[in-house]
Amino acid sequence: MTVQEVGTPRKRSEDARLITGRTRWTDNMTPAGTLHVAFLRSPFAHARITGVDTAPAKERPGVVAVFSGQDFAAEQGSLPCAWVVTEDMKHPAHPPMAVDEVRYVGEPVACVVARDKAAAIDALEEIDVDYEPLSAVVDMEAAIADGADLVHEDLGTNKSYTWVFENGDLDAAMRDAPVVLERRYVQQRLIPTAMEPRSVLCVPEGDEFTLYSATQIPHILRLMLATVTEIPEHRIRVVAPDVGGGFGSKLQVYGEEVLALLLARRLGRPVKWTETRSEGNMTVHHGRDQIQRLTLAAERDGRIRGLKVELLADMGAYLMLVTPGIPLLGAFMFNGIYKMDALSFTCTGVFTTKTPTDAYRGAGRPEATYAIERMMDELADELGIDPIEVRRRNWIAHDEFPYETIAGLTYDTGNYEAATDKALELFQYDKLRAEQADRRERRDPVQLGIGVSTFTEMCGLAPSRVLGSLSYGAGGWEHASVRVLPSGKVEVVTGSSPHGQGHATAWAQIAADRLGVPFEDVKVLHGDTAISPKGMDTYGSRSLAVGGVALFSACEKVVDKARKVAAHLLEASEQDLEFSGGRFSVRGVQEEGKTIQEVALAAFAAHDLPDGIEPSLDSDATFDPENFSFPHGTHLCAAEVDTETGMVKLRKYVAVDDVGKVVNPLIVEGQVHGGLAQGIAQALYEEAVYDADGNLTTTTMADYLVPSAADLPTFTTDRTETPATSNPMGVKGVGEAGTIASTPAVVNAIVDALRPYGVHDVPMPCTPERVWRAMRAEEKPAAAEPGAGGGLGSAGGDQ
Amino acid sequence: MPRIHVEVDGATYEDDVEPRLLLVHYLRERLGKVGTPVGCDTSNCGACTVLMDGMSVKSCSVLAVQADGLDVTTVEGLGVDGDTHPMQRAFHEEHALQCGYCTPGMIMASLDLLRENPDPSEDEVREGLEGNLCRCTGYQNIVKAVRRAASDMREPGRQEVTP
Repeated sequence: MTVQEVGTPRKRSEDARLITGRTRWTDNMTPAGTLHVAFLRSPFAHARITGVDTAPAKERPGVVAVFSGQDFAAEQGSLPCAWVVTEDMKHPAHPPMAVDEVRYVGEPVACVVARDKAAAIDALEEIDVDYEPLSAVVDMEAAIADGADLVHEDLGTNKSYTWVFENGDLDAAMRDAPVVLERRYVQQRLIPTAMEPRSVLCVPEGDEFTLYSATQIPHILRLMLATVTEIPEHRIRVVAPDVGGGFGSKLQVYGEEVLALLLARRLGRPVKWTETRSEGNMTVHHGRDQIQRLTLAAERDGRIRGLKVELLADMGAYLMLVTPGIPLLGAFMFNGIYKMDALSFTCTGVFTTKTPTDAYRGAGRPEATYAIERMMDELADELGIDPIEVRRRNWIAHDEFPYETIAGLTYDTGNYEAATDKALELFQYDKLRAEQADRRERRDPVQLGIGVSTFTEMCGLAPSRVLGSLSYGAGGWEHASVRVLPSGKVEVVTGSSPHGQGHATAWAQIAADRLGVPFEDVKVLHGDTAISPKGMDTYGSRSLAVGGVALFSACEKVVDKARKVAAHLLEASEQDLEFSGGRFSVRGVQEEGKTIQEVALAAFAAHDLPDGIEPSLDSDATFDPENFSFPHGTHLCAAEVDTETGMVKLRKYVAVDDVGKVVNPLIVEGQVHGGLAQGIAQALYEEAVYDADGNLTTTTMADYLVPSAADLPTFTTDRTETPATSNPMGVKGVGEAGTIASTPAVVNAIVDALRPYGVHDVPMPCTPERVWRAMRAEEKPAAAEPGAGGGLGSAGGDQ
Repeated sequence: MPRIHVEVDGATYEDDVEPRLLLVHYLRERLGKVGTPVGCDTSNCGACTVLMDGMSVKSCSVLAVQADGLDVTTVEGLGVDGDTHPMQRAFHEEHALQCGYCTPGMIMASLDLLRENPDPSEDEVREGLEGNLCRCTGYQNIVKAVRRAASDMREPGRQEVTP
């Protein structure tokens, strides 16, 4: 009667409005009387503000008001940090608009409110700010050296915190192991670059406010806005309308959102602000930015004994919503899918005079996976073992799950063998290795490299008790409600708040299956605190593994209630009813039955309900998982590296991911593709660059290189399916996997291509210049290593 | 202020505009044609691509006065629910969008691409769309969609390349 929805590649119901331009981006909404806001931003990385003269700007045509940070000092509060990772963590005040000191280029200093955007921007030029420049603090290692200039003078240090985790006897492992490798990797700073720039519109109505924002987190934002501004929570409604991508960057409480609310309150009119891309690059929180020092101890047969991880993590100038927690999310992933006897992890959060960092797609886990997967290749090279074989000798075998890792997580399921075997076959690994050998033999100027990445991640953030144990400010449950309307149509409300993934389609598929109603009869509502009363929003691949499961549970409750009503109407016992295809029938008497729509109407009319049953067919549920979910997979990359120019071309990319049960294969594939693009971009193209004075030099898309269609290969993607055991649907989540796995796969391929030149690393992004320099920096006088075709391609030797 | 006459999505407009006003702001703020979004301020991303007399332009790089006397087509003029253009349908069928912010520009740029080359190879689509950035899809399905639309549009009896 109804098709099986879950598992079907249904095309998205979201698309209709997106392909026709009938969208509700925040910047598309301009209620009558809206005033437009523009911010004056610091041109200095670090300076004292000694005076702000706003008077001339107020005289400009169209200008309604001009404010400095001082004007809002008493009411703007401090932007929140919800993750105090250690008791002694240094957590400086963070005013939405700077009052007496600026600490990164782009920090807001003043704002103009005008009748249109052009007038507001024009007037910015008339604001006169006196700055007394202070020293920029750009380099993390210099920042923690003795005598370093301080970002926050009153803290007396640039260290925010040091967080330590240790398990096993690492000293013994290091002492006894015959092989000890030390490496230093830099996770460059990235700019998330959602295509939709941030935008916020606040509409006041008396003492109540509706704030529209391009945000991933309407529920968290509402609570935080109330906390920061002391406007009561129930007088703030936050709406996330269509949101054009986030990748973590819209998992934030931004100063501009707080100020929009305060400006709307002060002026009594709707106010709107939309960032330009260049101010966005300076002020949207950045991602990654770690220096990783790794020491790996192993046996000669490749078995890992222990791993020591020492991180410096750049916090930027302030701690934002979850800034200090990001590296900790990685702490549990440095061991990857491998068994080892000991792990030591130390992370120091460092303040610099740069844009604050926070969650970016994968958040901590890409950094960790990169480190261990690069180390595995280095170990393979050191021991002369194939990189796949080294991994096989260390990974958790299929029959060892559930497995408690050295980092203390319990991986519920996994099948690394299956994913790897499938990937090797799709990749034609042996054939490409043969071609590689041939090219090395022929001293081909274009060398071939093969990179592998076998990974897992923890997603489905997160079990509330785990977050509590890590001192995160709130739980990680999710809420959903389901109501079957009197007409038999269904409304589903979810607390997760999508920003382009296609949740409305996937959620409707789940509800359609569980309730046995047509897909078209289900409407998914989300992203509005007035409609969706409870929620923890969207990040960390939690929307399906937590939010989707909450919906699943709410549907089960509805069916349970419907069964009671149906039994009453059919004068049968509940136990005798079977529910199939949306219809309750008496077992063995198919012709007697009630559809769920009929039950809903009866429950609405409420003329004849069983005792104790409340009218209306609806229910809600929250789901708090008992464990994370652990997607895993094997990615293989073949890269052609031109040894004369340093150019890298990705020849082949195979991704086999295991994301558990799949609700919509189209959406899963799309998420993997997009994730791959972002991870490959970290490997090859993207980097937020600061000069010595702390100026961001990649403020535009001309400087910050987001790859285009012409830069990326066609991917081969496939799946294995090992259902998660931590939720009744067996789902895991997919949003971050591609990004996590691809960066090391690509860099491993590049380094593999260049091993004959003695290259052990190429810093990211692996631009042609960096590849070229790495090759020549490693060149020994006697040219390349023995047996690797000495001297190949080594003509240009100047540095 | 200069006065312009312009046809946008089938309707004629006559407006006084500031000489500095960009076409995208004219479309969005004066005409309410908000289906064309702004993604950057350096003409790199292509989100604001529209057709001007059938040729694709990044509307953030064109002054409104330059559209005087011309015919502008935005994604809103291509088709609506139930009567969408083959290119719009192909984007839907091939799951060539996620957040959808780049989609109007992608669709408009793809139409111009097919005007020049009605049967592009995969590489030609990739090269042809180099000026339009997408952050969600990794482009693979966009390439598939454009080639599917090309095929659909070449079939006799189907809609012409230009809208």
